[in-house]
Amino acid sequence: MSTLEIKDLHVSVETKEGAKQILRGVNLTINSGEIHAIMGPNGSGKSTLAYSIAGHPKYEITSGTVTLDGEDVLAMSVDERARAGMFLAMQYPVEVPGVSVSNFLRTAKTAVDGQAPALRTWVKEVKGAMKDLRMDDSFAERSVNEGFSGGEKKRHEILQLELLKPKFAILDETDSGLDVDALRIVSEGVNRAKAATNSGVLLITHYTRILRYIKPDFVHVFVAGRVAEEGGPELAERLEAEGYDRYLTDVTA
Amino acid sequence: MTSTETSSAPVSLSTDHSRATADGAHSHAPVGGAVQGSRADRVASFDLGVIGVPSGREEEWRFSPVSRLAPLFAENLANADGVTVEPAPEVLVELVGREDARLGKAGVPGDRTAVTAWNAFTKATVVTVPKGVQASTVTRINVSGVADQAEASHILIKAEPLSESVIVLDHRGDALLNESVEIVAEEGSHLTVVSVQDWNEGAVHASTQRITLDRDATVKHVVVTFGGDVVRITPDAEFVGEGAEVEMVGLYFADENQHQEHRLFVDHAVPRCKSRVTYKGALQGEGSHAVWVGDVLIRANAEGTDTYELNRNLILTDGGRADSVPNLEIETGLIEGAGHASATGRFDDEQLFYLQARGIREADARRLVVRGFFAELIHEIGVPEVEERLLHSIDAELEKSMSVITGQDA
Repeated sequence: MSTLEIKDLHVSVETKEGAKQILRGVNLTINSGEIHAIMGPNGSGKSTLAYSIAGHPKYEITSGTVTLDGEDVLAMSVDERARAGMFLAMQYPVEVPGVSVSNFLRTAKTAVDGQAPALRTWVKEVKGAMKDLRMDDSFAERSVNEGFSGGEKKRHEILQLELLKPKFAILDETDSGLDVDALRIVSEGVNRAKAATNSGVLLITHYTRILRYIKPDFVHVFVAGRVAEEGGPELAERLEAEGYDRYLTDVTA
Repeated sequence: MTSTETSSAPVSLSTDHSRATADGAHSHAPVGGAVQGSRADRVASFDLGVIGVPSGREEEWRFSPVSRLAPLFAENLANADGVTVEPAPEVLVELVGREDARLGKAGVPGDRTAVTAWNAFTKATVVTVPKGVQASTVTRINVSGVADQAEASHILIKAEPLSESVIVLDHRGDALLNESVEIVAEEGSHLTVVSVQDWNEGAVHASTQRITLDRDATVKHVVVTFGGDVVRITPDAEFVGEGAEVEMVGLYFADENQHQEHRLFVDHAVPRCKSRVTYKGALQGEGSHAVWVGDVLIRANAEGTDTYELNRNLILTDGGRADSVPNLEIETGLIEGAGHASATGRFDDEQLFYLQARGIREADARRLVVRGFFAELIHEIGVPEVEERLLHSIDAELEKSMSVITGQDA
């Protein structure tokens, strides 16, 4: 049983016009086995939250804490966070030309586990996970994310999630740009990963449609850099019907 | 891919990308006006009096540290004796005098170092792959010099008709060396020549590598440059028979205060030949300087030419400078294709973030990215021992940059 705890997180980014505050006091606690959906309009800071937890250098933490079982996540380098059990499935995965998927996966697995995976079982595991995600074998020999379609990039992110088995997974708009079939396949992958390792999941999304496949235990409505409302799955249904207008009006009022 | 296909009257065009930084390729539309400084008009001669000592302002020297190369401009260079050959069993090796009739047949010296090298040597090493022979092993030519004496050396690699062979020119140790390498690929021969510059710190090396390709010959010419203070390689490929094909590949890694210059000239002088040029380099440290110039000339009678050249530079740290100048001159519209691309980019921190976000340590992530940058080319070399050595050299270079970046050993 692990706990990821975010307390009063304030984050800003450097822009041409100076520092711009994006997160304004985020509080969130996620336990193993829980699925939390963060929903909010564009520009509300959802992705900033994801990248800040992962340690992207663009984001400056101005105050607040993030701890994983009491350990200070913000003091860790990006790779240390991943080795501590954090995983970010990115909305825009980066191309790494000349580095094959299979080499990348093996290198990442070795780094996260602290030792190289046993070759025979590893090859089998990778093949099995790829098959589950309807990825062709030839995928393993392609360069990481290079020339991948939007759907292939997302499958590749979830493939890593399944293989690296983190304690906590943050999925940043994994549903964006997916057609119905791909959305289902990717969602099944998330559910498998969670079931296999009892991970905690932070699912960041703009739309409710992915919640048909991945059932959240908690829903947080994210507006203007903080959590504006919290509830159970029923809150997502209400958002589906009413949209975010109500919260936006509150903010501007 | 870029291609130029014109069916109108012959046109000439030339481009200069010395300040090109954007990624990507582009195609040429025919342009009017006179062409400045066509490669076809460049002076070439075996005569010292014709090609004088450069000032550094000349087109072919404008990127070079001429003061550091100055010892090699002298007329009285000593004959280098640091050349040894470990031939394949089928390959012949001779040491001959400069009067040997086989010498001086591949091209003509095109700059000051090439002409002083030609006039200075007294003994030349001739490596012959006999007609129809398939060399069963790699032939190694080991070259070293001395730190404080300017020397000239001359090597002829002669691939007779229908032969197949791989030759590795391995430059190690100290050097103040001015070298000529003639590479003669006769009809239907298949020849790979790999020139590795793995010099000690302080080495200064100029090398003209002049290739001629006769009918249906294929040559793969590979340049790998790591060591030395100043290395300036000028590979020329001249087609003299139809249906020939040259693939020119280069990899380089420039460190602090290293100058690595690769100037290529592909002369499509006859119809229906193909050339592919791919050079990639990484730079790190203050004063690291890479120069790549790729001149391709498609002469008026070279119908059916197919050519493409590409240069990519990856700048890993502040303080590096890459000059990249592809020049394509086209004197006939009746070609298969002609194009080029040049790009110089900084190390992409987003790639680093992505890999680190998967638990991969920074040093390992950098190694993956840089190996990835070179990967395709490394596999092109086709000589396993050189590929292995190259990977080791890349790793060793990266450890240097990691210690600069992190202030500690990687």
